[in-house]
Amino acid sequence: MFQIVEKRKLNDSMTLMAVNAPFIAKKAKAGQFIILRVDEFGERIPLTVADYDREAGTVTIIYQIVGKTTMKLDQLNVGDALLDFIGPLGQASELEGYKRAAVIGGGAGCAIAWPQAKALHQMGAKVDMIAGFRNKDIIILEDEMRADSDNLYLMTDDGSNGHKGFVTSALEENIENGADYDLVVAIGPLVMMRAVVGVTKPRNIKTIISMNPIMIDGTGMCGGCRLTVGGKTKFACVDGPDFDGFEVDFDEAIKRGRTYFDKERAAAREESCRLMEGAKNA
Amino acid sequence: MPNMQMEKTPIPEQKPEVRCHNFEEVTQGYTEEMAQNEAQRCLNCKNKPCVSGCPVGVHIPDFIAHVVKGEYEEAFQTIKLTNSLPAVCGRVCPQESQCESKCVRGIKGEPVGIGRLERFVADWHMQHGSDKADKVPSNGHKVAVIGAGPAGLTCAGDLAAKGYQVTVFEALHVAGGVLMYGIPQFRLPKEIVQKEISALKEKGVEINTDMVIGKVLEIDELFNMGYEAMFVGTGAGLPNFMNIPGEDLVGTYSANEFLTRVNLMKAYKPEYDTPILDVKRVAVVGGGNVAMDAARTALRLGAEEVHIVYRRAEEQMPARKEEVHHAKEEGVIFDFLTSPVQILGDENGCVSEIECVKMELGEPDASGRRRPVEIPDSKFKMSVDCVVMAIGNSPNPLIRSTTKGLEANRKGCIVVDEETMKTTREGVYAAGDAVSGAATVILAMGGGKAAAKSIDEYIQNK
Ligand SMILES: Cc1cc2nc3c(=O)[nH]c(=O)nc-3n(C[C@H](O)[C@H](O)[C@H](O)COP(=O)(O)OP(=O)(O)OC[C@H]3O[C@@H](n4cnc5c(N)ncnc54)[C@H](O)[C@@H]3O)c2cc1C
Ligand SMILES: Cc1cc2nc3c(=O)[nH]c(=O)nc-3n(C[C@H](O)[C@H](O)[C@H](O)COP(=O)(O)OP(=O)(O)OC[C@H]3O[C@@H](n4cnc5c(N)ncnc54)[C@H](O)[C@@H]3O)c2cc1C
Ligand code: SF4
Ligand code: SF4
Ligand code: FES
Ligand SMILES: [Mg+2]
Repeated sequence: MFQIVEKRKLNDSMTLMAVNAPFIAKKAKAGQFIILRVDEFGERIPLTVADYDREAGTVTIIYQIVGKTTMKLDQLNVGDALLDFIGPLGQASELEGYKRAAVIGGGAGCAIAWPQAKALHQMGAKVDMIAGFRNKDIIILEDEMRADSDNLYLMTDDGSNGHKGFVTSALEENIENGADYDLVVAIGPLVMMRAVVGVTKPRNIKTIISMNPIMIDGTGMCGGCRLTVGGKTKFACVDGPDFDGFEVDFDEAIKRGRTYFDKERAAAREESCRLMEGAKNA
Repeated sequence: MPNMQMEKTPIPEQKPEVRCHNFEEVTQGYTEEMAQNEAQRCLNCKNKPCVSGCPVGVHIPDFIAHVVKGEYEEAFQTIKLTNSLPAVCGRVCPQESQCESKCVRGIKGEPVGIGRLERFVADWHMQHGSDKADKVPSNGHKVAVIGAGPAGLTCAGDLAAKGYQVTVFEALHVAGGVLMYGIPQFRLPKEIVQKEISALKEKGVEINTDMVIGKVLEIDELFNMGYEAMFVGTGAGLPNFMNIPGEDLVGTYSANEFLTRVNLMKAYKPEYDTPILDVKRVAVVGGGNVAMDAARTALRLGAEEVHIVYRRAEEQMPARKEEVHHAKEEGVIFDFLTSPVQILGDENGCVSEIECVKMELGEPDASGRRRPVEIPDSKFKMSVDCVVMAIGNSPNPLIRSTTKGLEANRKGCIVVDEETMKTTREGVYAAGDAVSGAATVILAMGGGKAAAKSIDEYIQNK
């Protein structure tokens, strides 16, 4: 069992949790993920290693509450334990040797982009962090992102923080103003990553994206997480999750990500009804 | 006087039209009376031809003689001398090509139902026997076993019996390997696998699940942690695809994914969270046990029409005879000499059709099997909403790619000395599907046994 040692609400739908997992904490690197199972009936879901503390033996995850499993996860508190916590899985990001990077996070994707910005920054690259949110109320990790980058560009779709626009507008503007990026890291919804590649590909700026297909085992055993990259089949859990943004077949990934859409919506509805009931009876 | 009845004593089974809608075990097992009757068909042959057909050399006539006398616990102990998972083997061994293929009663009539008797004895023991294994005093040596499939579990059991302190590291959240995630409940109840595993724990074997070796710990680190030798039994879990167009469509599964969702994650039970698509018309590509399991699982999930699409002829199917027979009874449709060329999808990217071509048998290939060749202009389409690829698995590269000095062959199988199971890395032994490629439970167990013997010798002579 893996005990929860810290829990912090970041906004209405996002939570940070630190979990006691000493073996994983010793090994984890930026770009890797864990798979967890909340209880005996739970599914296995992947979440990125947002941070780790090798001495304390803890691994930090940041999750967005989007469906049944993340709702169940969010019911747990400090002192409770997760049934399974497996990792570190996937390849660590290859961030060595870059001078000037733009790290782009879209919404919940910031949780995954932040550790990459941090790693790049520690390796001596100059890092522009570009983070996009729907509105100012859901901005997360602002202090962390600011601390681990040279410049932070916080964008909101509705302009409620005073900076209206998509992450791609900020990226284009920076490039136009002379930012000579040798690397762009983009993490967020598939459509956002596709849009970023739309900016970087014509300019031939190397772009790493982090893919999040549906996974079960996370060890290369089921093939469910397969993607087409450069015309070849890759298993995101062992070959990724980072891939060359120029090579990924986004359309296919978008369709496959929706495989269980109806079932997930139904499960989420049931779970939220159950939680409401619980609240009423409490 | 032996029982000279020509056929095996029939074994009670759920009716096909009933069982194809549930996940309960298909074959219900002999009663004492039936077991006695079947045991009496054994001639107790002096030269024991049957034993030579068993990869672990179960003392077949001896255990059957105990059954005849009603000494079921003794029968069990006799089997246990060489086979650590009898309840599993009695159910899933391809007996027709192993022990039973050598039985003299098979010359005229049917062989003795060795598998059925083995199962009876093991089940009897689970109900009536006791497993309070006397823990062997520790000899102070530590061994790590990587992978908790039949190979790893057997190796661990044998070493524990010699006093070794054995730790098993398993990547998934439960131990059992394919027995848990691949072979379905209706053929091998998971409770039985877990009972066998509890018995191992009783013997002092420590099992650490959720540990992906090569990621969380590497073999070199395990040596540094004081493990003196290592056994690698990581299986062949990497699913093969055909590399035809359309395999990326929603509704195309590898058999591993399909079966893992259902068996390991119990997607067929409403109280479990893991989803699986509601499939109605399914094509399963392949002709082995994996394909039969996927097809019969699809039926139980509510599919109305399930096809096995196999490019060779019926006689060439590698599946156990019993599984093919059961699949047919349950209504699985077999399309022999048929090979898929592409999978087609609808506007949402979901599977809608599979296009196949008819084959005929040509000249024998290297393996001696007549090779299927395409019949020109024989393409046709079938409307389906799900395709399951069950065309084989290869060893997962995780361990070999993270362990220095561990050699593998072109197919990714770990190279070992076939007698000692010693790998190219000192102190590291390997067996099972990781070495042979996808094979059988009993061969994996046989390999695990041989490795345990070598590990013992290695440590004692160090
Ligand atoms: C490598 C990787 C890293 C990830 N890191 C993070 C992270 O740091 N923070 C975060 O909030 N989310 C992350 N995700 C996504 C996260 O796994 C899903 O949001 C989660 O599984 C949703 O589960 P649910 O039951 O609550 O929602 P559901 O309603 O079941 O699903 C919502 C959506 O999440 C996706 N999803 C569902 N099941 C899975 C699954 N088993 N594997 C992957 N995706 C699934 C699907 O696109 C689905 O439509 C990551 C995914 C991957 C593959
Ligand atoms: C669907 C299906 C049906 C089958 N039916 C039959 C049958 O009827 N009869 C028969 O005899 N055989 C059958 N087989 C074949 C048989 O199950 C295998 O040959 C046998 O299980 C191989 O045993 P193993 O111990 O080598 O590997 P596995 O059973 O594959 O076990 C390997 C274990 O190692 C774990 N592992 C892998 N990598 C790591 C790692 N890096 N770190 C830690 N753990 C790791 C895996 O998670 C797994 O639990 C079937 C196979 C399948 C898939
Ligand atoms: S272990 Fe398998 S091959 Fe050996 S006797 Fe039992 S059923 Fe036959
Ligand atoms: S060959 Fe058949 S009849 Fe002879 S001992 Fe073996 S099981 Fe009995
Ligand atoms: S999640 Fe199963 S192979 Fe990647
Ligand atoms: Mg879910």
